[in-house]
Amino acid sequence: MPKMNLSHFEAALLFALFSSVVLGVITKRTDAERLRYGLRCFAYFMAALIGLGWLMRLGHG
Amino acid sequence: MATNAKKTADEQAPPRSWYGIVGLGWLIPGGGHFLLKRPGRGALLMGSVLLMFVLGLMMRGYMFQPQRGDLLTTIIYYGGFIGDLASGLPYLLATWMGYAQPDAAGHVHDYGTKFLVAAGLLNILAMVDAYEIAMGKKD
Repeated sequence: MPKMNLSHFEAALLFALFSSVVLGVITKRTDAERLRYGLRCFAYFMAALIGLGWLMRLGHG
Repeated sequence: MATNAKKTADEQAPPRSWYGIVGLGWLIPGGGHFLLKRPGRGALLMGSVLLMFVLGLMMRGYMFQPQRGDLLTTIIYYGGFIGDLASGLPYLLATWMGYAQPDAAGHVHDYGTKFLVAAGLLNILAMVDAYEIAMGKKD
């Protein structure tokens, strides 16, 4: 199996994508609600990723 | 009239036996949903869990083995092992085919390890969803 090299951002992006799909599929009752919830989860993941990234950068000086 | 009778019969149908559904959902991610005739959701769950697991392998993630030590070590290694095992057949196949990586330093390996565990944890969520559908708690 080929070895894959991803940056922090790419790996976290894929993690957020797959987790959001599963969370969206299993939580809500209608397809429209599932899609909305999945997108919202993905947006929260990305906001946390970018926010924490900046926090660490600023904290590190 | 006949439609109403059928609907009433469907509503009163006893919950299905969940053992097979949850068991299949563990072995084949999304399999429980396929068995429950939810192919769209099953395919999304299967795709997400399998891709996450395969990406974890491609990043050469570490597969946890149960290990005792201090409390934190025990929780991490047993928890990680349960997470890995929850992926079902992909985990069993990878192990049987000799996949073994040392717990190496580096962010790619580290993400790989997390991907492998998270794939299993997401599969547990999928199994719980299949269980709830089988028991009639969810449509």
